[in-house]
Amino acid sequence: MTATPAVEGWFTTGPDPALVGSRCVTCGTVFFPRTAGFCGNPACDGETFEDTELSRHGTVWSYTDAQYQPPPPYIPRTDPYEPFALAAVELPEGLVVLGQVADGYGVGDLRVGAEVELVVETLYVDETGDRTIWRWKPVIEMGEETDQ
Amino acid sequence: MSTHDVAVAGVGMHPWGKWGKNFVTYGVHAARAALADSGIAWPDVGLVVGGETVRNGYGGYVAGATFAQALGWNGARVATSYAACATGAQALDTARARILAGMCEVALVVGADTTPKGFLAPNAGERWDDPDWLRFRLLGMTNPAYFALYARRRMDLYGATQEDFARVKVKNAKHGLENPNARYRKEVGVEDVLASAVVSDPLHLLDICATSDGAAAVVLTSVEYARKHGLAEPVRINAVSTVTPTFPNTVMDMPNLATDSTLAVGAPEHTFKESIALAAYEEAGIDPADVSVAEVYDLSTALELDWIEDLALCRRGEAESLLRAGDTTLGGRIPVNPSGGLACFGEAVPAQALAQVCEITWQLRGQATGRQVEGARVGITANQGLFGHGSSVLLSR
Repeated sequence: MTATPAVEGWFTTGPDPALVGSRCVTCGTVFFPRTAGFCGNPACDGETFEDTELSRHGTVWSYTDAQYQPPPPYIPRTDPYEPFALAAVELPEGLVVLGQVADGYGVGDLRVGAEVELVVETLYVDETGDRTIWRWKPVIEMGEETDQ
Repeated sequence: MSTHDVAVAGVGMHPWGKWGKNFVTYGVHAARAALADSGIAWPDVGLVVGGETVRNGYGGYVAGATFAQALGWNGARVATSYAACATGAQALDTARARILAGMCEVALVVGADTTPKGFLAPNAGERWDDPDWLRFRLLGMTNPAYFALYARRRMDLYGATQEDFARVKVKNAKHGLENPNARYRKEVGVEDVLASAVVSDPLHLLDICATSDGAAAVVLTSVEYARKHGLAEPVRINAVSTVTPTFPNTVMDMPNLATDSTLAVGAPEHTFKESIALAAYEEAGIDPADVSVAEVYDLSTALELDWIEDLALCRRGEAESLLRAGDTTLGGRIPVNPSGGLACFGEAVPAQALAQVCEITWQLRGQATGRQVEGARVGITANQGLFGHGSSVLLSR
């Protein structure tokens, strides 16, 4: 049994995982998820993109949680269902990307403007093993940990 | 008054609820009510525009024709619009355009829906290229979770509290008490909202609107036709704004997983929701200060506060002050959602933007019994739907 991403090609794995976006080679705009279609910039007719890894660190735009089990096609990892937190994170590339929040963290660990980093964790388990997803993990500043 | 006004000759609704009937039943009920209100006979209608419902099979996809057939084929032109939550407004705009082009004198616009219970989930099947499917599969990101992101920002940026959000519900519940078309007609206290289960922090169950069955219909005519038929001072539609976002759209919109990037092109001066209202004001030549009543899309209580600012009824971050001062309550400076809003109705997607227009019409006619905004002269509606849809309709009398 191995761990494989729940979605192909959206993020890298390994010690420093990162989201993979697309950069328009004509105007330089970055998109996530990756695109193979047309550039969204109305002043650009670009149709050629190159993969680009997005910054692993960002700041929280906002956050919430899912206290009820979301409907399918969401696949819950546990039975009974365990709530998880969600964050929208602003990256230096000038876009905000949604993600679940890392295991063990909830809305009490977040605030608008706080720093988070990208991690890869298990979203659910199927017959092939763990299926992984990107998540946002709060960056606990030195000295704060004792307050947790 | 401008050269692109059209007259609202009649409005009608089927009460919101969970009636378990076919959407066509509701639509025909609302259509007949609107026609009766207008005094115009069905055979005189030259265009039917239906708001598409995506959860009711083929009949829903061709809603305009479905309603036309149910009313009895009368040879009218037909159109069907789909613009998510802005469906009704887009249908209205289609009717308005044909009237203003001189190609039609009377148009009937109808939206109706029958909705499932619980969370609105995506259509069945694996769709790896559909963000509406992916957001559930990869993130478990429900509609209330998006609403909660906006609510939390108000708390962290402007000092809003969960009590403020609850106060919106309390206000709207009170507004809707005597509205015969409202589904929930019961007073709610702040403590009731706070005692209800948290769905997505910071929003409680009673902060979030339900999904409902319901229907709304509007009969539009040219101003000239209205005059000829004895409608001396009809409510007029001065503007219908259905603008799309301007790149880069920097606000996280349902059902997207990310926003546009500002890397190559800087953020536009106005957010998408601000631009929806701005286009309506500009088209009508009406100033936000002239608005006497607003019907806004309170999918969540906190979202009503966002809309008040998006409609420029106050400055950014000040909506809580208006709410706390009672300004947005009936009898206040600028009553918001006198109908009771989605808090009292629940959402019936293709009917909702039309229901807002029905309410403003009753308000401007002075017929909103039990919830009348005294002396209302100008009303505005606002809503936003998935995939770059949104609407704002400005009406006056």
